[in-house]
Amino acid sequence: MTVATKTSEAAPGSQPKGPTLMQRLVVRPEIGAALGALLVFVFFSIITDRFLSPLGIATWLDDSSTLGIMAVAVALLMIGGEFDLSAGVMTASTALVTALLAVHAGWNVWFALLASLVLALLVGAFNGWLVMRTGLPSFIVTLGTFLALQGLNLGVTRLVTGTVQVSGIRSADGYNSAGWVFASTLNIGDARIQASVVWWIVLTAIAAIVLVRTKFGNWIFAVGGSLTNARAVGVPADRTKIVLFMTTAFAGWVVGSCSILRFTSVQANQGVGLELHYIIAAVVGGCLLTGGFGSAIGAAIGALIFGMARQGIVFARWDSDWFMLFLGVLLLAAVLVNNRFQKRAERVRR
Amino acid sequence: MSLRVRRGWQRSRRLLPWLAAATVLAACSGPGADVPAPTQSPVAAGKLNSVAVVTHGSPGDAFWNVVKNGAEAAGKDLGVRVEYNSAGDPGQQAKLIDNAVAQGVDGLVVSMANPDALRPSLEKAVAAGIPVVTINSGESESSKYGAIGHVGQSESLAGQAAGKRLADSGRKKLLCVIHEAGNIGANQRCEGATKAFGNGTTLQVDINNPTDAQSRIKGALEADRSIDAVLTLNSQVAARAVDGVKESQSGATVATFDLNTDVVEAIRAGKLLFAVDQQQYEQGYLPVVLLQAYRTNLNTVGGGAPVQTGPAFVDKNNVDAVAALVAQGTR
Repeated sequence: MTVATKTSEAAPGSQPKGPTLMQRLVVRPEIGAALGALLVFVFFSIITDRFLSPLGIATWLDDSSTLGIMAVAVALLMIGGEFDLSAGVMTASTALVTALLAVHAGWNVWFALLASLVLALLVGAFNGWLVMRTGLPSFIVTLGTFLALQGLNLGVTRLVTGTVQVSGIRSADGYNSAGWVFASTLNIGDARIQASVVWWIVLTAIAAIVLVRTKFGNWIFAVGGSLTNARAVGVPADRTKIVLFMTTAFAGWVVGSCSILRFTSVQANQGVGLELHYIIAAVVGGCLLTGGFGSAIGAAIGALIFGMARQGIVFARWDSDWFMLFLGVLLLAAVLVNNRFQKRAERVRR
Repeated sequence: MSLRVRRGWQRSRRLLPWLAAATVLAACSGPGADVPAPTQSPVAAGKLNSVAVVTHGSPGDAFWNVVKNGAEAAGKDLGVRVEYNSAGDPGQQAKLIDNAVAQGVDGLVVSMANPDALRPSLEKAVAAGIPVVTINSGESESSKYGAIGHVGQSESLAGQAAGKRLADSGRKKLLCVIHEAGNIGANQRCEGATKAFGNGTTLQVDINNPTDAQSRIKGALEADRSIDAVLTLNSQVAARAVDGVKESQSGATVATFDLNTDVVEAIRAGKLLFAVDQQQYEQGYLPVVLLQAYRTNLNTVGGGAPVQTGPAFVDKNNVDAVAALVAQGTR
């Protein structure tokens, strides 16, 4: 916890004397990720001619954004010492609920969105409550919700629609206004920036402020660093963790809403396996798997690396058979760089 | 929960109006309004240099490997650079299409398992003057989205043909095995087959877990002894079904969609009645030819009517002829 507070107060201007600029930079958890992102960015900018074009930028920002929204929430949860394996499937569950209510029950899209939000928050709260109540690892508890949601997604969708995807939300009431919020595009020159990119930036900013500038942010570091110590000094640990689980569920709802309103159809098996991508982005962004250390901005940068690499590989016209290998090597490199910086950061602190 | 905010918030608060202003920038347009009418913008005849093929197959899938081989062979034959990419997630596939548009390819080949999700990206490609040919699935939406043609097999027709053939062989009850939960084409096949056959149920298995697939098929056959026909929708699952039938000692007849060397062997050995071949090599090869004819000569085929690649049937009569072709990855 103290570690984190120091990190936040090491921001330029808040300490007149102390470590040099270099040392202050080096203790930030996101610095390794930022360097990695720069490396990936320069690399693909040089070897491909379209990576830096407005259309190209819009493509990789788009890819990074939905991953980033989730990665930031997952990072907060990881700093709080927990995992959420149901996060990937949650993006499909919320989209399916919204679509089923709007298309098959004839609800206004806004009410459907509200209902899926309530449902998501309930699942999040349930995850958190169960983890705190039983003391079971969140890995197990959320694995359970992951499987349960996956089954519900398929079962309910097939039961209601007779098929495995829900489409047709475009003609539901309130689609236009809701679509404007979650799926509009912003034209900057030739680049068409998706609404999810704006959501990503805004949510990252909010998460970063909450994490390093509020009491709640300190609680997150505290419960992730040492739960018993946190409780001993009066941190409401249960409440903090439950809110964190609800935050990832909320992020899942945002991503689910962006995807259903943009793509206007959702498949029952969507989102399976994405939870690992979120965790990878958070780890690349400087979060420790053991909790108590990390940053929201770092996670957003981690997602950016992921998106740039994934689309950059296509721009580079590499054979897609090798795609996962490239991605794996890239991620390992990013984590290794990160790790090095973290060790150096710990030396500076001592 | 009360968030007691410290002085840092003051600083960030000054940023908020800017953030808000950026969000509501006038250039913003809603998802319904941002797509122009899907008409192909006039293109002058030119040369086809590059084609991007974006499918929904997962990497390493034997079926899509044949499509890829077909597309690459056409590229080699016609002197066109062909890039193949795929993603099973519809959103991810849409992003790969956006990527191809950003690269400024001369032609685009897309499989539409989830047409709604790909619509904005496809219309963007069409608006950018890139001719699009859809393949495999999405036959009914293809021309609506502005594609110049579709190459594939109608899934429900193929399903019906398979169901009819099984019924003709004197079977009474059908088990149709679905191996991908979210695949709409798989559902259409089973619906078609069940409809033409008359009496049947479906079973859900996971193609990524062959052990489980086999034991579930076995379990279904043991639970309902009246099932005397099994239809699988994928060649790998077919092999599992053949073993499942053997283990359960039910004696049910097995038929399948799609070919691989195991299926060829099983047909030869009489363990599989037939395989429905949709000749997906053509779904890779023909679109590149269509795009070439369109780019260089502004030709379209059949006024945009779908080109059917299947169903073709492989059974004991013709299995020897295609065996070598299956081995080389073109059937």
